[in-house]
Amino acid sequence: MSAGVELCNVTKRFGAMTAVDNVSLRIEPGEFLTLLGPSGCGKTTMLRMIAGFDVPTSGAIRVGGEDVTALPPYRRPVNQVFQSYALFPHLSVAENVGFGLRMQGVAKGEAAERIAQAIELVSLAGLGERRPHQLSGGQKQRVALARALVCRPKVLLLDEPLSALDAKLRHAMQLELKQLQRRLGMTFVFVTHDQEEALTMSDRIAIVNRGRIEQFGSAHEIYHRPATAFAADFVGQANLLEAEFVRRENGTVRVKLSGGLELVLSAATWPDDTAKALISIRPEKIHVSKQPVQAENVFAARVEEEVFKGALDHLILVTPGGARLNAVAANESALLEAIHAGDQVFCGLHASDLVVVRA
Amino acid sequence: MPSSDASSTLRLPSGLRTRDFLIGGWTALVFVFLYVPIIVLVAYSFNASRLNVLWSGFTLDWYVRVWDNGPLLRAAQNSLVIACISTVLSVVLGTSGAWLLHRYRFRGAGGIQTLTAIPMVMPEILMGISLLIFFASAGLSLGFATVVIGHVTFSFPFVLVAVQARLRGLDPALEEAALDLGATPFKAFWLVIVPCLRPAIVAGGLMAFSLSWDELIVTFFTTNASAATLPIRVFGMAKVGLNPMLNALSAIFVLATAAVVLFSAYVRRLAR
Repeated sequence: MSAGVELCNVTKRFGAMTAVDNVSLRIEPGEFLTLLGPSGCGKTTMLRMIAGFDVPTSGAIRVGGEDVTALPPYRRPVNQVFQSYALFPHLSVAENVGFGLRMQGVAKGEAAERIAQAIELVSLAGLGERRPHQLSGGQKQRVALARALVCRPKVLLLDEPLSALDAKLRHAMQLELKQLQRRLGMTFVFVTHDQEEALTMSDRIAIVNRGRIEQFGSAHEIYHRPATAFAADFVGQANLLEAEFVRRENGTVRVKLSGGLELVLSAATWPDDTAKALISIRPEKIHVSKQPVQAENVFAARVEEEVFKGALDHLILVTPGGARLNAVAANESALLEAIHAGDQVFCGLHASDLVVVRA
Repeated sequence: MPSSDASSTLRLPSGLRTRDFLIGGWTALVFVFLYVPIIVLVAYSFNASRLNVLWSGFTLDWYVRVWDNGPLLRAAQNSLVIACISTVLSVVLGTSGAWLLHRYRFRGAGGIQTLTAIPMVMPEILMGISLLIFFASAGLSLGFATVVIGHVTFSFPFVLVAVQARLRGLDPALEEAALDLGATPFKAFWLVIVPCLRPAIVAGGLMAFSLSWDELIVTFFTTNASAATLPIRVFGMAKVGLNPMLNALSAIFVLATAAVVLFSAYVRRLAR
């Protein structure tokens, strides 16, 4: 029932502005895919082109192998949950949910059954007679979801559907949406600018920047192996450092950072014949301790600043050569000797945790 | 601050009380100015005297005479039919025009917008003369149709403006949601947009109705004897001399208008 989506060399221009720039993307049937990027990056335009609200300037869009590029929205086997919910204010919850079935000409009896199921599915049983203005934000969200799901779309499109909810409800809905998607086995295409939301829910994430896809992969790949400086910086935190090639050693490459710090990284990640590259180091990959540590890279540093965040300590480290690094240390036990600003510490860093990224 | 609860029981400073008193007085004065003439008019419709200045006893005679006055009743009927037809036409034209201008970008949209606004501010005497010349040169004989056309020309822009204002406040995703759920553009407009516009359509329609109902000048230029409206007939009678029959007629108007206003308020409350 669920289908994949393909974008083939899709470009969308609005006047002189290129919103989507020659994007090709293959979304597998039944997967939860997130288009993640800052506002204005083109992710919403991509979604609108899949829905049929915007027509590509060039390129093709296929849903379940069928070319839908020229089809109007009302002939496409996809449904959308809108950021503003867009519930019809003059209709009750049940009538809102039933609108799509009414348009499809589904028989009354079957429609009533499917409406009841859909309302049940989003835990709104008993609220069918309410009007949208009598619902809370979270309930409206569920109605919007039921209204789209009841049509049994091959692909469900979600345009920042959680952005209007408060933090607690948003977290609950993230998990619920993910569970729902697994249970239905439906293809979800989710648009958000919230990296945490993307990591929580997605099977795969496409990082979108300036109308292009910077990186496409699982949450793990994107977090641990960012391909570009933008991806590294947008998802989680990253130390982005200029590195200069020094020499190859057995299985590793030795590089020199701007502060004079020399580190080794896996040889496979260093592009051949490159003198300089940008590397990304996640703050929590730097093991900070007052005791000597074991790793491929070990260096001393001074703690310039310590920000206590409860479970974690955010540290700003300065190496003797003057390189500044962000690090995160877990506050494992109150009994352990705490690290404070001004302390001299040992830092350990595994060669495989240094990632070469494109600028 | 010991407790914030105290603020709810705080007494107003005396300066504020004086201000409230002045505002209340001014409001009362405005209402007196607005409604005393109407009250006097209605009161004198029950006056037994032929003269509007002397009270000589209660009677319903003038209402009976309105009821017996064939030409007057026919004029009222004309007015009602013309107002209803021109309201329906204005609502259809105004609503579809507003949707067109709101939803689609096309060459000349700005010009059309301005052109539709002009009849609202153009002096009626000019409208009347230009329509008369137009009908004459087009070879149309004056009557019902020409009066209706005349009324629609100046009343549909009011519907258009009211509907446009409402459209600007409407979530553009509503139409997209309808299309997304399988509605054709026409169904999306008819089943989703129009119901959302209902308050504006009702308001614009009432405006169009009342504009047509009491229109004198444009009608004067575009009507013939058989399509004479109530204002035309009343104007004719007033030239001969005022008598309480006109008061009685006006009292009926006031009652009818009040009923329409109350009804529309009721409809609006239902919609909420």
